[in-house]
Amino acid sequence: MRRFLSLFLAFLCLFSFLPLTLGSAEIPVDDAGYYQKFKGQNVSINVYNWGEYMSVNDPDVLDVKKEFEALTGIQVNYSTFASNEELYAKMKSGAADYDIIIPSDYMIARMIEEDMIEPLDFSLIPNTKYIDEDFLNMDYDPDNAYSVPYTWGVVGIVYNRTMVDENDPIDSWEILWDEKYLGQILMFDNSRDAFAIAMKKLGYSLNTTDEKEIREATEELKKQKPVVQAYVMDEIFDKMGGGEAVFAPYYAGDALTMMSENEDLAFSIPKEGTNRFVDAICIPKGAKNREAAHMFINFLQEPQIALANCEYIGYSTPNTGAFALLDDETRNNPVAYPPADVLAKTESFKNLPKAANKLMDECWTQIKSVGAQVNPWMMPALLLGCIALSAAITIYRRIRRGRDGMF
Amino acid sequence: MKSKMISLPYLIWMLVFTIVPLGLVVFFAFTTPEGQFTLDNLTNAGQYISVLLRSIWLALIATAICLLIAYPLSYILSRMHVNRQRTFIMLVMLPMWINFLLRTYAWMTLLENNGLINRFFGLFGLGPFNLINTEGAVVLGMVYNYLPFMILPLYSILTKIDNSLIEAAQDLGAPSRKVFAKVVIPMSMPGITTGITMVFVPAISTFIISRMLGGGSNLLIGDLIDLQFLGNAYNPNLGAAISLVLMVLILLFMSIVNQFDDERTEGMLL
Amino acid sequence: MRKRKHLSRAYVGLVMAFLYLPIVILIVYSFNASKSRSLWTGFTLDWYKKLFSNEMIVGSLLVTLAVAVIASVVATVIGTLAAIGISNMKKRTRSVVMNMTYVPILNPEIVTGVALMLLFVFFKNFLHFEFGLVTLALAHITFCTPYVILNVMPKLRQMDKYQLEAAADLGCNPRQTFFKVVIPEIMPGIIAGFLMAFTYSLDDFIISYFTSGPTTQPLSVTIFSMTRRKVSPEINALSTIIFVVVLLVLLIMNIRDARKEQQEKKKRRELKCEDF
Repeated sequence: MRRFLSLFLAFLCLFSFLPLTLGSAEIPVDDAGYYQKFKGQNVSINVYNWGEYMSVNDPDVLDVKKEFEALTGIQVNYSTFASNEELYAKMKSGAADYDIIIPSDYMIARMIEEDMIEPLDFSLIPNTKYIDEDFLNMDYDPDNAYSVPYTWGVVGIVYNRTMVDENDPIDSWEILWDEKYLGQILMFDNSRDAFAIAMKKLGYSLNTTDEKEIREATEELKKQKPVVQAYVMDEIFDKMGGGEAVFAPYYAGDALTMMSENEDLAFSIPKEGTNRFVDAICIPKGAKNREAAHMFINFLQEPQIALANCEYIGYSTPNTGAFALLDDETRNNPVAYPPADVLAKTESFKNLPKAANKLMDECWTQIKSVGAQVNPWMMPALLLGCIALSAAITIYRRIRRGRDGMF
Repeated sequence: MKSKMISLPYLIWMLVFTIVPLGLVVFFAFTTPEGQFTLDNLTNAGQYISVLLRSIWLALIATAICLLIAYPLSYILSRMHVNRQRTFIMLVMLPMWINFLLRTYAWMTLLENNGLINRFFGLFGLGPFNLINTEGAVVLGMVYNYLPFMILPLYSILTKIDNSLIEAAQDLGAPSRKVFAKVVIPMSMPGITTGITMVFVPAISTFIISRMLGGGSNLLIGDLIDLQFLGNAYNPNLGAAISLVLMVLILLFMSIVNQFDDERTEGMLL
Repeated sequence: MRKRKHLSRAYVGLVMAFLYLPIVILIVYSFNASKSRSLWTGFTLDWYKKLFSNEMIVGSLLVTLAVAVIASVVATVIGTLAAIGISNMKKRTRSVVMNMTYVPILNPEIVTGVALMLLFVFFKNFLHFEFGLVTLALAHITFCTPYVILNVMPKLRQMDKYQLEAAADLGCNPRQTFFKVVIPEIMPGIIAGFLMAFTYSLDDFIISYFTSGPTTQPLSVTIFSMTRRKVSPEINALSTIIFVVVLLVLLIMNIRDARKEQQEKKKRRELKCEDF
């Protein structure tokens, strides 16, 4: 009888919670109790992520941010950046307080070196167990103390099949320098990715610190500038989707998203080899709600959530739980999960020494500011303009004085 | 009189939020990240002279075009019936209420290779023309965004010119071209200088227009500053040095422009 | 002469077309069923519905409005007081202060933004605050106040000095003089300054870009982050609404002004009639 009563009570409890659970936690999580700690305490965390890099703000898909808020009662303030360098600038300027950031490999290494991110407490992130071992103790975080991998992928060339010459094999970075496609090529608008392409084209390592090689790559990029239509990051989605350009080097995951929106697009990984990147979740120094941030990291590694994210953004997941849930088509997609022989030719970014970083930043500003279309007559015209202007002033004043004198 | 004291909150505010920040820019421009004195930032800023020249050049072209478009328009408007004048000035100001990023974005839709203009020409079998991501597109963006800043001061000065003055000149036998050159233009000089300043200054320092319509390859000085502070090449000291150069440049420009206009009065802006 | 009139009409029409071409496109695309800006797939009002459930847009709209209200009110108070104080200064101090007042207006916005960012970062080392509403409001007040001063100053100059003396003679204490005589006299300038400050604050992007924080982004900064990927048509819908509202307000003001003028004309005519 007593047992029956308790069962009955249990049922009662279950049903009284039902409306609530129906609304919020459709997603099974490993240990719901873990997420209850900050309920009703009005805690919030600031998340700074790449643009279009989490399943949020789209009514048609599972909203990770809202799920987390419903589950934990922690409010998430979500904002986005366009490149690692922009993230770095924002962090370094001191103008921002974030609790969660998602930089790429080399930027994580740089931030570790410059003491900008906090070591993680892995006892608070039980879901680390889902991370594929291949992605632990990577070069950028050798002791696996600062970051939890979020996604990975390779860089390749997105191209529009209907606009390329059929006889052109798209298997080399060379094509991004081809004058035949003048004004039809988009290029990365961040130094490290752009340099990586030039380095690979020249046959150097992505991580070269040799000044001569960096300068050579700079020349290569300057040479490319006339054929480049625009330097862009996330604008690529719009431009490639609308058939504005023929080629654009970009990240495989985003390429998949673009290809699903525009059937003419295809993706190719050049034979010279490419960059294989890992983006990982970190907590910056000075984060206000560190424990809540850990909770968010753990939540992102729930297999269902990781699955929702990687399905939405198209990137490859290091989460074994989510990988197991993927459908076969995605799992065997050579863009998202390239075969071993392609991966063998990839290289990961490492952090460069300070001097090399500085040199690269300087060279990048130079490349961007080089006037591909500097008109040789611009300077003389300007001078002439100035002279004409001052002459006009004097003449005007003289006329005026003369007129005044009449009265 | 003690009422001088009531401007104290403003004076303090100005000190803290206008003068001190500019001091910080100067300080950053002359120091290394470690805080030591250096001139390197300024000499490094000299490397970007081509960007500087391009900015001046494009801003000057945009200002000239604005003046050429706005002067006849303002003149026509100022000679209209009063009610009609009011309507048209309202129409000139109205676009300013739509976020300028969106207006510029709409230009992207127009200018793209598959954009509306090219599609329109495509109907006649022309093109496609390469319109976007060129210097011309950047100038167009500047002209479009800052044209009202030229129209409004010109209009407000031209309405103040008494019609009888023009008639008097005509009665005295001056041909209309001469009336224009000798009466209307000299009298509207304060409006012209204000308009030029109000277009040139934002045009030379913009970084959004060049990014959206110039494709990031037509870098302007504003982009360069943004790049150093919140962009892809973090170096606030260099950024501060470039800002300093820009400020000096604008001061120079304004001193030239103000020479045209001796009786520049306070509150002439708008 | 007639030909010339047609020519000038055509010219005005042409410039207006240039000014309104992008806006028309913006409005048209707010009714487009597809998200794409290259295709027209059909008419819909969905974006208007979705707009109000889009937290990000509604949130940043509220931030923009809050900042604009705070900044324009504070700027109006500080600026009005400052204008009165400045007009009582000696000529030399006055010209120094007025020159400084021009700085935030004539300085390129990007320099003002960068300078304020450096200042706030510098403060942040000592004080505990986050980049957000506070920094935004401070920055906006800074660039709004000069507009108020520049609008109030001319009104103060036009004010009759004897009026103040008369008020004092009639037994007004300085405070009464201030509220009963000075303020009503310069009210048009204050209102114009307030409106200008409000408009500039709403419209600002560059300074907000450098001074906003992770939690509070004004609409312009949100739109900026959207232009990098794809501007969602909801923003077009929002702009259309703003456009229509402003258009209505301006039209009403316009009609009211016109009517007032007509009434005055009528009155004048009547007065003239009485003269006879």
